[in-house]
Amino acid sequence: MSKEALFSKKNRKLISDPLNDNNPITVQVLGVCSALAITVQLKPAIVMALSVLAVLSIANVIISLLRNLIPSRIRIIVQLIVIATLVILVDEVLEAYVYDVSKELSVFVGLIITNCIIMGRLEAFGMANGPWKSFLDGLGNAFGYGWILIVVAFFRELLGSGTLYGYPIIEKLGIYNYGYENNGMMILPPMALITVGILIWLQRTKNTKLIEPK
Amino acid sequence: MEELANIFIKSIFIDNMVFAYFLGMCSYLAVSKTVKTSIGLGFAVIFVLGITVPLNYLIENYLLKEGGLSWLSDEFISIDLSFLSFIMFIAVIASMVQLVEMIIEKFSPALYNSLGIFLPLIAVNCAILGGSLFMQENDYSNITEATVYGIGSGVGWFLAIVALGSIREKIRYSNVPPALRGLGITYIITGLMGIAFMSFMGIKL
Repeated sequence: MSKEALFSKKNRKLISDPLNDNNPITVQVLGVCSALAITVQLKPAIVMALSVLAVLSIANVIISLLRNLIPSRIRIIVQLIVIATLVILVDEVLEAYVYDVSKELSVFVGLIITNCIIMGRLEAFGMANGPWKSFLDGLGNAFGYGWILIVVAFFRELLGSGTLYGYPIIEKLGIYNYGYENNGMMILPPMALITVGILIWLQRTKNTKLIEPK
Repeated sequence: MEELANIFIKSIFIDNMVFAYFLGMCSYLAVSKTVKTSIGLGFAVIFVLGITVPLNYLIENYLLKEGGLSWLSDEFISIDLSFLSFIMFIAVIASMVQLVEMIIEKFSPALYNSLGIFLPLIAVNCAILGGSLFMQENDYSNITEATVYGIGSGVGWFLAIVALGSIREKIRYSNVPPALRGLGITYIITGLMGIAFMSFMGIKL
């Protein structure tokens, strides 16, 4: 690698791009599966975002270090083994420290393995770039994924069960006295899709260069 | 027999991979632009699910489960390897996809060409790993049930992607707000389809 400052403009862009212009969920359509299923409440969403952050950035660095050793025919298996090993570690840590959340996430922690965002970034970035850049790319994409997750979970929990991070905010503010009701619909899985759809609508209204040609 | 039919219908409609669990969403949203590609990918998913779920069932019950190794020797009866299930399942899936690709290429080049890039893509389709993990959670009592579950969830995924493909072909002629065009409206359509599918919830045969 040439002498490039650790946080040069190009490197900073690796982190900032996935937040908006190249967001994994709303633009690249990566990692949608798990993003939608665990956004009923804020807590599992935050835990999931952190797990993906850990797995994605570490896996990206490992693959980037190995990139010249992996034969291209079996690279998918190698990538999946690296991811699977990291996910098992995350799973064991979650089970040890936040058991109730780990029960709630159940299958979806395992599904980080096939979370296309990780495979996609390894394939598109880790296989072609050095470790430091790959680490930044991993961080950036995990943040881009995380903020969508947290925004969706915020609205679904607030409107659906009237709580935030388990704290009954609507009840404490006394809004129920004016005849307000929780919208049970928001808890149902399809509303996650519709919420993301609306988020994309808002994002593209602001950021018109993302609008797809007719 | 009744039990098998129950599992089959349940895995297609009530526990639909796409609408109830959001599995396989990425390729579902990305590949469903036309009906033709949807059908190709749908069949490939049925095929791979129908093979990997029973295979992983065998691995789960004769290798990983506590006491699963007892067929080897009584000494192994207390060994519990279930923490290895993710890595075993994904290895089986990745190698099966590679194998299926080679077999199809050898025996039916026509089918191979029509599936094209979709075959390798399936390895990272979450619906496939999801099928194996739900199989593990549901604790099926024999391999027939596991196979029926695998094929059933594949059929459910197939129906979902073909339906979305047809809607997207039609919606091309509609006047969608520019910012919602393409991906945005697809999310919303899928959400509405999910609401419709929820009417199957709680049905017991």
